[in-house]
Amino acid sequence: MKQALYTIGENTRIAKDVYKMRLLGDSSACSQPGQFLNIQLPEKYLRRPISVCDWDAEGITIIYKILGNGTEMMSGFAASEQLDVLTGLGNGYDMSKSGDRPLLIGGGVGVPPLYGLCRRLVEQGKQPTVILGFNTADEIFYADEFRALGVEVRIATVDGSVGIKGFVTDAMAGLDYTYFYTCGPLPMFKAIEKTVTTSGQYSLEERMGCGFGACMGCSIKTRSGNKRVCKEGPVFEREDIIW
Amino acid sequence: MVNADTKVTLCGIELDNPIIPASGTFGYGYEFAELYDINCLGSLSFKGTTREARFGNPTPRIAECERGMLNSVGLQNPGVEKVISDELPKLKKCFSKPIMANVSGFSIAEYTETCAMLDSDEQIGWFEVNISCPNVHGGGMSFGTSPEMAAEVTRAVKKVTTKPVLIKLSPNVTDIASIAKACEEAGADGISLINTLMGMRIDLRRKKPILANKMGGFSGPAILPVALRMVYQVYEAVNIPIVGMGGVSNAEDVIEMMLAGATAVQVGAANLVNPYASRDIINDLPRVMEKYRINSLTEIIGGAH
Ligand SMILES: Cc1cc2nc3c(=O)[nH]c(=O)nc-3n(C[C@H](O)[C@H](O)[C@H](O)COP(=O)(O)OP(=O)(O)OC[C@H]3O[C@@H](n4cnc5c(N)ncnc54)[C@H](O)[C@@H]3O)c2cc1C
Ligand SMILES: Cc1cc2nc3c(=O)[nH]c(=O)nc-3n(C[C@H](O)[C@H](O)[C@H](O)COP(=O)(O)O)c2cc1C
Ligand code: FES
Repeated sequence: MKQALYTIGENTRIAKDVYKMRLLGDSSACSQPGQFLNIQLPEKYLRRPISVCDWDAEGITIIYKILGNGTEMMSGFAASEQLDVLTGLGNGYDMSKSGDRPLLIGGGVGVPPLYGLCRRLVEQGKQPTVILGFNTADEIFYADEFRALGVEVRIATVDGSVGIKGFVTDAMAGLDYTYFYTCGPLPMFKAIEKTVTTSGQYSLEERMGCGFGACMGCSIKTRSGNKRVCKEGPVFEREDIIW
Repeated sequence: MVNADTKVTLCGIELDNPIIPASGTFGYGYEFAELYDINCLGSLSFKGTTREARFGNPTPRIAECERGMLNSVGLQNPGVEKVISDELPKLKKCFSKPIMANVSGFSIAEYTETCAMLDSDEQIGWFEVNISCPNVHGGGMSFGTSPEMAAEVTRAVKKVTTKPVLIKLSPNVTDIASIAKACEEAGADGISLINTLMGMRIDLRRKKPILANKMGGFSGPAILPVALRMVYQVYEAVNIPIVGMGGVSNAEDVIEMMLAGATAVQVGAANLVNPYASRDIINDLPRVMEKYRINSLTEIIGGAH
């Protein structure tokens, strides 16, 4: 974990209520895709946890959706403003288990961490397939960025306005995969759990006090004991989760 | 700069400075030792430890407030045996000063058994007995809400321990001074206060309480005035030292707490939002002491009376 100041390089709307923010500064604490950072906002007491979408030597990219006051405030920040951020939080996805053809399933604002994961899996010579689920066409983001990595991208929308009509599980039909990685809302996880045929990893969410293991605010029970979503998670193996 | 003397003495043990991370906001210390050398601290109070392991309450356990937060963690800890076998050895690798052992219980026997097991540990300097927990034999009412029950816990713990015992009071009472006095008369070596104030937040989308436990403990800068008032009242009522806490976020708050009557000062929720908070406060103390022409922190204890 590291605490540092970051300069906003970009903060643009990329879909309905969804923004992409580029944080310029020290990315050395980022070690695995699926980790998150915790952002201090003016006048807000607790920090806001947001997944790392991707990172490079110059900084970190995040994608967030306006949910309440904090994320709404974030959407108004201009480039060159500074933010105090804790980086390198959580375990991230374990890429060593992917096999040759991993399946990446993202729902809504669960999509971002899968991008950094996908890019690295492709670099390792793996052939991921990506399924992205949204409610409607105007919510869709990052489909082209994934395609630019040279992977097959399937899109499911609940209203059928783009791609397959239905849920991410409807887009899984006929797919042959070696492992899965997912991030998204709990109802999606429950549907995935009934559909998948391999082992895999889920990225969970909890309300957080600190984000770095100090307060026990985010604890869950797993098959291998009590775990903190912010420290031993947010990514948990399928076999470890008690639904 | 004047010669800033930050040393204080708490129940016969000298501290390099009065800053002590508060129980429940600093784990067992080692997470923070990855960030800075925690030997700069006066001491540290570890996570509330109970006889048996506890998972605590269901999540969500955290809710944000204006200048503060609610928590309903519910004393999650691995139980005293694991604390002694696993947590304390890890803490001792990164911390060489006397430790404050924060202990909780749901019956008198649980308090005494837990304290007795920790008493033989050489590095434990003080016990900090959290009496905000419900007494399962007392209709679920918190030990901290009646002078009689508070005194009963104090007497029982004093019998099984050789180290100074601080009783940590709940602020959710009508007359804090009478409870502090009852603890003093029962043999307490010091008083620690305040624990969190009971509060609630409601989720406007779900139209239900945010916390799964519905209620939780309010802490953070918003509670500083309440904490100062209570420390001030307890200072007038007792002759034993006070460890003051509640909303302390900077060196100025520390001075205020000491003027109200605290010998040492704990920093709680601030560690969660800024992991360097305790260290930053310690580093800033000499500057603030100079600004307010304070040569020695010991000299200002209770100065506001
Ligand atoms: C590990 C992790 C990764 C996340 N990654 C992303 C991401 O990449 N993109 C994204 O858009 N969102 C992400 N979220 C959710 C994001 O943290 C919340 O949407 C955000 O905190 C809401 O803040 P707010 O002030 O707008 O909402 P408010 O409801 O006003 O927030 C009030 C408090 O509740 C907390 N809170 C509210 N909703 C959530 C939630 N769903 N999860 C955790 N805390 C919450 C806030 O942090 C704050 O402390 C992630 C959450 C976690 C735990
Ligand atoms: C997440 C959290 C967990 C806590 N756990 C404990 C505990 O286990 N035992 C205890 O005596 N106090 C506990 N407290 C109370 C603090 O030690 C402190 O008394 C209180 O938070 C007021 O200080 P603050 O405003 O600086 O946080 C906890 C507080 C928080 C925020
Ligand atoms: S949020 Fe504090 S321990 Fe996980």
